[in-house]
Amino acid sequence: MDILNISHVSKSFGSNQVIDDLSFSVPEHSVFGFIGKNGAGKTTTMKMALGLLKADGGEIFVNGEKVRFGQNTTNRYIGYLPDVPEFYGFLTPGEYLKMCGEITGMEKAQIQERAKDLLALVGLESVNKRIRGFSRGMKQRLGIAQALLNQPRLLICDEPTSALDPVGRKEILDILHAVKEHTTVLFSTHILSDVERICDRIAFLHEGKIALKGTIDEIKNIRKGDSIEIEFFRPEDAKRFLQIQETAVQTERTKVLLSGNRQTDMLAVMKLLAENHIFIQRLEQLEPTLEELFMEVVRK
Amino acid sequence: MRQYLAFTKKEWLEQIRTGKLLVLAIVFVLFGIMNPALAKITPWMMEMMSDQLAQTGMTVTAVEVDALTSWTQFFKNMPLALVVFLIMSAGIFTAEYQKGTLINIVTKGMKRWKIYFSKMCVMEAVWTLGCLLSYSITYGYNAYFWDNSIVHHINFAVFAFWLFGFWLIFVLGLASAFCNSSAVVMLIVAAAFGVSYLASLFPAIKEYSPSYLLESAGLLAGGEGTGAYMSAILVTIGLILVGNVLAVIGFDRKNI
Repeated sequence: MDILNISHVSKSFGSNQVIDDLSFSVPEHSVFGFIGKNGAGKTTTMKMALGLLKADGGEIFVNGEKVRFGQNTTNRYIGYLPDVPEFYGFLTPGEYLKMCGEITGMEKAQIQERAKDLLALVGLESVNKRIRGFSRGMKQRLGIAQALLNQPRLLICDEPTSALDPVGRKEILDILHAVKEHTTVLFSTHILSDVERICDRIAFLHEGKIALKGTIDEIKNIRKGDSIEIEFFRPEDAKRFLQIQETAVQTERTKVLLSGNRQTDMLAVMKLLAENHIFIQRLEQLEPTLEELFMEVVRK
Repeated sequence: MRQYLAFTKKEWLEQIRTGKLLVLAIVFVLFGIMNPALAKITPWMMEMMSDQLAQTGMTVTAVEVDALTSWTQFFKNMPLALVVFLIMSAGIFTAEYQKGTLINIVTKGMKRWKIYFSKMCVMEAVWTLGCLLSYSITYGYNAYFWDNSIVHHINFAVFAFWLFGFWLIFVLGLASAFCNSSAVVMLIVAAAFGVSYLASLFPAIKEYSPSYLLESAGLLAGGEGTGAYMSAILVTIGLILVGNVLAVIGFDRKNI
């Protein structure tokens, strides 16, 4: 069952067509990476799914219910973390979560329990100062806590890691990974290493359309690795190898690149190295990275 | 109802913890004290200046002040308190739009009209309490120094002024349901006042303008009865009702 279904949606701001006949769906219990350049329309798409922006055309369904702009009841299935979550600075995290719980209609005891668990999950359990003094990372973590408060079926995160330092990023990704069992996660990003770390499905948004979508494996299979990289201990070894194998290309002082994508190519290289007594540090069949795919999609 | 109460609690906490409520309380207390104080020092000031005035050919006889002088000051000064109140409240919606704090609330399933009415009710409550504060302080001093019973229709006149402020605050809410900038909101409130003031200059329609309510201070010394203000009161209440309907419709469609 698809928790989110976006069907032929388009949106323009003035003469600028941001989203153009966009369709994709997010199956339940997945971590879905929504990838695109800055300004590709990721936030716009998410805001339309939340009923915060009116789509010019097309339909969006959350858990099978149609999304309506303005008064939107489908939001009860969704937890949302905006790109820069903003809170009332005069409240403490506990007070803020309590208010959110009351708004979303949770029982008093349930609010207390969830708030305690979530503040522990995001590492804010011992913070009792007002939100005014929070760092960006702390706000991001509180943002996740408020988004997960009512145990949403779908968690939508808008670039949750973009503005954070590596430690903060890892923490957020770990949290997203941890909630996967109960909640479907849709998160937008342009940081591809984050995607490779936790997503199992992705969609590339480019020029208002989905340029590429599928599971990570499917997408990597679209373009299998077509080269073998060898790293030597010494530059001399690299030079010697180049003399033997003239099709190889030197990429760095100790690295060469060979074309070939079959396993037999790999064996042939190993044989060649063994016969000539050249020691190597590393031999690798190169996988295309998401970054390369991304660049290819963007250049197309 | 729980949604509404949760958000209203947040609004009150905001008023208290950001110090807004304290500042407004001080303003209303000061305005309450100022009216009798000004009345009280008027004879003394006149005496101080009598020499100067004598040189210009004016002679000052003993100035009589009473509760009426003080209440007249009340109706002269309170519009300034209203202006202070409006300026301090102008950002009540727009600050949330600019920070994006309402996004979390709305995506939690909060009905937008509840946000609107919660904010309006808190503002109107603060306005009402403020008016009561100034009124009771002035009333108390007047009773102590002079005699309130010589002043006519005082409660009605204060009510009329309060209703005028009540209306302008709803204009502020209506403007906020459509505009993102507090400066534009203030401009619209000022324009609403301007239009109603202009309308009150034309004898044919003046009785129907909300600004006519400000003239209720004329009742203090006696004069025509309160009935003359009924049309203005009804029009003002009508404007408030229509304004609220428009504001709720507009706020539902607002990009927040």
